[in-house]
Amino acid sequence: MSDITELHRALLERILGKDATAPLALRRAAYDNAGLGEPIKTLIDKVALRSYGVTDEDVAAVAAAGLSEDQIFEIVVCAAVGQATRQYAGALEALADVTEDRGTR
Amino acid sequence: MRLAVLDRGHRLRTKALLGIIRLVSRQPVVDAVKLAFYRPEFYGGGPLTNEAMRGPSAWTIGERELMAAYVSKVNDCPFCVAAHTATSNICYDDATAAATLADLDTAPITEELRATLRLLGKLTRQHRVEADDVRAVLASGVTAVQVKDALAVGLVFNITDRLANTFDFEVADPAAMEAGARHLVKRGYG
Repeated sequence: MSDITELHRALLERILGKDATAPLALRRAAYDNAGLGEPIKTLIDKVALRSYGVTDEDVAAVAAAGLSEDQIFEIVVCAAVGQATRQYAGALEALADVTEDRGTR
Repeated sequence: MRLAVLDRGHRLRTKALLGIIRLVSRQPVVDAVKLAFYRPEFYGGGPLTNEAMRGPSAWTIGERELMAAYVSKVNDCPFCVAAHTATSNICYDDATAAATLADLDTAPITEELRATLRLLGKLTRQHRVEADDVRAVLASGVTAVQVKDALAVGLVFNITDRLANTFDFEVADPAAMEAGARHLVKRGYG
């Protein structure tokens, strides 16, 4: 069995840790896709739920609001990892429900 | 590439390394590599991707590459579809990937892989799956450990596809994508 547990945990620690340019609260909100104001909200919601729909204008609007490219890079990574992690955790729960027979039948 | 820092913002040592890659491969550096080398102390997704794609598993490398291509298709990610169709083609040595992406129900793959791709497809499209979805996969003969391994592939490509789409990775010409695919099959993602 491949074991991504530690590598996944380390990724979360890096992106939600201290070594970053965007404030932690903003990275955390991007990770959760919650509690964001415009124009960041539109960009992050697209990253999380329909990334094929992200446009140059979405990114330009966030830059015009004052975020540097490094800060945009960071919040986009947080949004992508956050959504993928929620999906993964939910699927592992479903697998555990079946294999541990936790009364979902 | 939508952010100039991902194109040209690498540290000097990394720029030199990218230059060597260009020289040795005789191809432009693809955008996925530029991302992997940008501030790896922040994102640095290579080792995680490598463990999911190349770590010990009952799934072959080819099957995991096909999972990556399929998840990328559901995420509507042209770069990753092209990259992982190319790697799948090397592993399967035929047009299995194209057939799988065109019609999962009739693709020439095992029933175990078909059921697993269905699960990954639903998780990617609807962002969640239920216990019954997992039961359907287990009923096809896939073990719980294999489901977990497949979900790891799903995790890393649900991250990578979002980054590739948001940063607007350019699909390089076929020669560059094939060179990248040969490298990924031979050396992995680390």
